[in-house]
Amino acid sequence: MNSLRKYFDKIKPNFEEGGKLHAFRSLYDGFETFAFVPNTTAGRCGTHVHDAIDSKRIMSLVVIALVPALLFGMYNVGYQNALAAGQLENATFWGMFFYGFLAVLPKLIVSYVVGLGIEFTVAQWKHEEIQEGFLVSGIIIPMIVPVNTPLWMLAIAVAFSVIFAKEIFGGTGMNIFNVALITRAFLFFSYPSSMTGDDTVWVSQDVICGLGYAVPDTFSAATPLGDIAAGATALSSSFCDQVVGLIPGSIGETSVIAIALGACLLLWTGVASWKTMLSVFVGGGLTGWMYNALGLSPLDACQHIVLGGFCFGAVFMATDPVTSARTEGGKWIYGFLIGFVAVTVRVLNPGYPEGMMLAILLMNLFAPLIDYCFVSHNISKRAQRAIKK
Amino acid sequence: MALLSKANQEALVGPLNLNNPVVVQVLGICSALAVTAQLEPAIVMGLSVTIITAFSNLIISLIRNSIPNRIRIIVQLVVVAALVTIVSQVLKAFAYDVSVQLSVYVGLIITNCILMGRLEAFAMMNKPWPSFLDGIGNGIGYAIILIIVGFVRELLGAGTLLGFQIIPDWCYEHGYVNNGMMTMPAMSLIIVGCVIWAHRAYNKELQ
Repeated sequence: MNSLRKYFDKIKPNFEEGGKLHAFRSLYDGFETFAFVPNTTAGRCGTHVHDAIDSKRIMSLVVIALVPALLFGMYNVGYQNALAAGQLENATFWGMFFYGFLAVLPKLIVSYVVGLGIEFTVAQWKHEEIQEGFLVSGIIIPMIVPVNTPLWMLAIAVAFSVIFAKEIFGGTGMNIFNVALITRAFLFFSYPSSMTGDDTVWVSQDVICGLGYAVPDTFSAATPLGDIAAGATALSSSFCDQVVGLIPGSIGETSVIAIALGACLLLWTGVASWKTMLSVFVGGGLTGWMYNALGLSPLDACQHIVLGGFCFGAVFMATDPVTSARTEGGKWIYGFLIGFVAVTVRVLNPGYPEGMMLAILLMNLFAPLIDYCFVSHNISKRAQRAIKK
Repeated sequence: MALLSKANQEALVGPLNLNNPVVVQVLGICSALAVTAQLEPAIVMGLSVTIITAFSNLIISLIRNSIPNRIRIIVQLVVVAALVTIVSQVLKAFAYDVSVQLSVYVGLIITNCILMGRLEAFAMMNKPWPSFLDGIGNGIGYAIILIIVGFVRELLGAGTLLGFQIIPDWCYEHGYVNNGMMTMPAMSLIIVGCVIWAHRAYNKELQ
């Protein structure tokens, strides 16, 4: 660690005003503050909060929380490939994992290179400090797309969402919508045939670097929610598989257990709000129970929660501190409505098997309004209290 | 008075750039979103609006001194409605396919903010010839933006321009897919936004 610090100090003059690598100042700055907590803090006078944790450290925590789901997603990509090829008994654990690793890695690289490239360029251009918001979005984006999404589509979608959902609003911390979900929404509406449906988007079908198995062309696999939207009344996978995550789906969303591990870390460190998270589950569960009781949906409340992107969205995206409601009471309403809208879209709109993305984006839009109502309610309550005395 | 004096030139050329009705005054956005999924209806719409703006400006300017002030909006509407009806009938007679594509939007030119804006702001207080030029300038300023948006949307959304395939089959065989979102109105709002962005970045005085 010490040698890294010395190395950063040694190359620092190159990036300062007049140095030969000045054009890459924001790049250097970004890596330095990522590796080390900056040694500059707010002044000792005034009312500043002094805390060792800054937003880069918070982002890193979220990235660590996402790792279990990502690793399991890689394994599941290999598992689904072997399952589809009918070679499950011959496949080894590490063989399946490395197959999935090789399938997911290009997406991860494309997402980070395109997104960080735009962020660094903008920071350099506006002479601002490099902003760290893309650290989390960059790892979430590959986890919420199907494994067969072409890389060029991913690159276009990432560029679109970083520019139009984030930079034009003023960069990290200013965006109205969750950047990763805008990426997915762009893919979903621009290239629907590559993002949804029961054809071949969910299971990787080619041999990669000698690993995995080639799957016959006639093969097709739908997600459980896709089956239900197509009119099936019972699921082909067992509840146990759905909880563990051995079902077709977007890369990181399938395993409830892996997501729960991340959720524990986020809640334990206090990065995510337990109120938002809990209320999403309550809202989704109650709504799912209601539709099941009314006979509109063959899935019961538990299945609505474990299937699709519900858990992933509730844990990692609804709790995004920038785009969610910030008032404590508002978090309850915000989360509850996300759960409600997500399950409602699933059940009532046959065109969209999964509603989590649309639900979170819709409530992102309403979060400022919810906050406004709570704040003005608070103000009038306090004003009345003052008048009484 | 010269036909193209300095003031007249300004009336004609101003709306094309620094006083553009769409990207500077942000008028007529609704039809810019609705009819620009393909290039051909965008061009026809731009031409129709140019003709209607020019002649309604001319007619209102000719009778501007005899219009009672309290009912001037009604008089303007009657003139515009008459012209819109003529254009709509001509389109149905000579370009039926396009008029089907444009559907209600030709009729809705009557509610186009650019028209009423020019009548109220310019034709009511200027002589016929400058009013006519002003109408043509504003119509073309509107048409330019529609054509830019229609060009981008048809090229990226369908891979064609004016119905002819532009993106070669070779690209499709290698996995290129048309962008479905370009055919939705939401995307034209973003393209208009990009045009405004580029325009203001170029013309610093508008910022």
